[in-house]
Amino acid sequence: MRLYEYMAKNMLADYGIPIPKSRVVTSVDEAVETADDFGVPVVLKAQVLSGGRGKAGGIQFAETPRIAGENAQTLLASEIGGHRVETLLVEERLDIDREWYLGIIIDTASKSPVVMASAQGGVEIETVPDRNIFRATIDTKWGLFRYQMRALTTDMGISGVAARQVQTIAIALYRLFRREDALMAEINPLALCGDEVVAADARLTLDDDSRFRHRDWPDTEAFGEIGARIAELGLSYVPLAGDVAVLANGAGATMATMDALAHFGADPMNFLDVGGGADREKMGEALRLLASTDPKVILINVFGGITRCDELAQMVVDAKASGVLEAPLVIRLSGTNEDEGRDILEAAGLNAFNHLDQAARRAAELVGEGGADDNSSG
Amino acid sequence: MTIRVDEKTKVLVQGITGHQGAFHALRMMEYGTRVVAGTSPGKGGESIDGIPVYETVEACVQRHGANASALFVPAPFVKDAAFEAMGAGIRLLVIVSEHVPLHDTLDILAYAKDTGSYVVGPNTFGIIVPEQCKIGIMPDHIYRSGSIGLVSRSGTLSYEIAYSLVEDGWGISMAVGIGGDAVVGLSYIDVLKWMEQDEETEAITLIGEIGGSAEEEAAEFIKTMRKPVVAYVAGQTAPEGKRMGHAGAIIERGRGTYRAKCEALEEGGAQVAAFPWEVPDLVRQCLAI
Repeated sequence: MRLYEYMAKNMLADYGIPIPKSRVVTSVDEAVETADDFGVPVVLKAQVLSGGRGKAGGIQFAETPRIAGENAQTLLASEIGGHRVETLLVEERLDIDREWYLGIIIDTASKSPVVMASAQGGVEIETVPDRNIFRATIDTKWGLFRYQMRALTTDMGISGVAARQVQTIAIALYRLFRREDALMAEINPLALCGDEVVAADARLTLDDDSRFRHRDWPDTEAFGEIGARIAELGLSYVPLAGDVAVLANGAGATMATMDALAHFGADPMNFLDVGGGADREKMGEALRLLASTDPKVILINVFGGITRCDELAQMVVDAKASGVLEAPLVIRLSGTNEDEGRDILEAAGLNAFNHLDQAARRAAELVGEGGADDNSSG
Repeated sequence: MTIRVDEKTKVLVQGITGHQGAFHALRMMEYGTRVVAGTSPGKGGESIDGIPVYETVEACVQRHGANASALFVPAPFVKDAAFEAMGAGIRLLVIVSEHVPLHDTLDILAYAKDTGSYVVGPNTFGIIVPEQCKIGIMPDHIYRSGSIGLVSRSGTLSYEIAYSLVEDGWGISMAVGIGGDAVVGLSYIDVLKWMEQDEETEAITLIGEIGGSAEEEAAEFIKTMRKPVVAYVAGQTAPEGKRMGHAGAIIERGRGTYRAKCEALEEGGAQVAAFPWEVPDLVRQCLAI
């Protein structure tokens, strides 16, 4: 789960990392009032999760409260990366002397957290040449040592009081990284303003799998109402932009189903993995929710392993009988209890393909034909 | 201890009284795996299908000589269970549980390094040597013994490809799930190294997916291999920034893309199938030369 900038900064502040004076606002009046209270030039920042916010015009400077109001009006009426801007962060405008980059990620090859730092801050780290990025690998058993950060600040060409502040911030960021189960923590830029080092912008991604020990966490990434209800079923769902609703079992197999569909010229409307031993009721509920998103075709691809084909077939037949599946169904069934599953489908006037390529091709053809129903008893 | 499991491996099931643990302990036993004991806190003294249940791993090792463990405990308790197993001297852990917090996995793998233990997973379907032994949750009836090694991040997709290989007349020497999480213990390279040496294995099928850099690292190793490798990567159409079910299956900031993986694998000398159904033909072509 990615956090909005203001949430990330609040978390940094909890760990003693300096952040700019700021306030979260959701209206033009609040923006004007905040700029007035601060009594200094401010910056208004749209709170969205997508990258490239600056380029999209999501960051506006305001010398006076009146201009802050105008900017807030524009920002709150805008969309960035397909998302409506609903929240702004109003901050005192910093007088920045130098900008650095400081981040912690998990290196999947060494299976350890790694601190990354660069003297080239304020730009996407991907655009910084590798020779200008300095790294320190952390042994989780011992934690991050100051000497490691001393080496890093030396490499970055930082000296004196600022060097010590950057080292302290890095150590605090690592403490946050571990305690808050972060997958990625990034301060960019880490700004030198006079003799003070401040986190001018921050990005944090937290591990959803550790939610059980962080009950106070917000949920920033629920995929709408359908997404929230499917998440409640414990299944994995991602909405996409195509025409064919996809229900499959296993994450890799679901991706392969999407790939096969695209190969035959149709686009998936979603990713839905009902694997991992979901029972019949849960799968049925997920299928009904998918059907409610108004797909042109529904493609079900099940390779029965733990999931049994007869259970799946009965689930589909029940859903069909309840009348909620208006779009034509294309089913692929193979694996555990395949014959029993096929019998159940046939008794209800449905049939299933043996192989994924056949089913994906048929689903794509049906989209081309405008979704004429070819697989039902009417 | 190696990852080569056989009919002599003495398997312990941690979390044996749970829904999944009980079901799969029995399936494993029916397949021929020596499931010698299980643990379940507060249920020591009970038994599941004749398998004795203990409070601690220590007891399973002392009384039954358990030397491998399959973990089915709920995600919040996996770290404790894994440390218990390694502390009691178990050197092969198969962590089936999914949704294990990543920072817990880091700690587990650090301790595995200290103790010289192999950790398969988390979020793995396990290991199977067809017609001998399985430790995990794969539907065993689809496999037949043979000469193709299989290594995969995802479960169902690997069953699908194993099934299509068997349908096409091939057999499987060993199938290993390395797990769908972003960080896992045993890597593709660990498995490839082993399969390169294994006398039963003639060719290898590597099943990958978008996200991370494991396939790219494997590609580097494939350059050094004598045996042919056929690869398939899922997620050709997956959008950037969205986690596709598996914690590891996410393209972030242009890294871990389908294209980069396929190019690396091809450059490494692997034959890359565009779709799962192309794998058996490519295997045949590789072994015909």
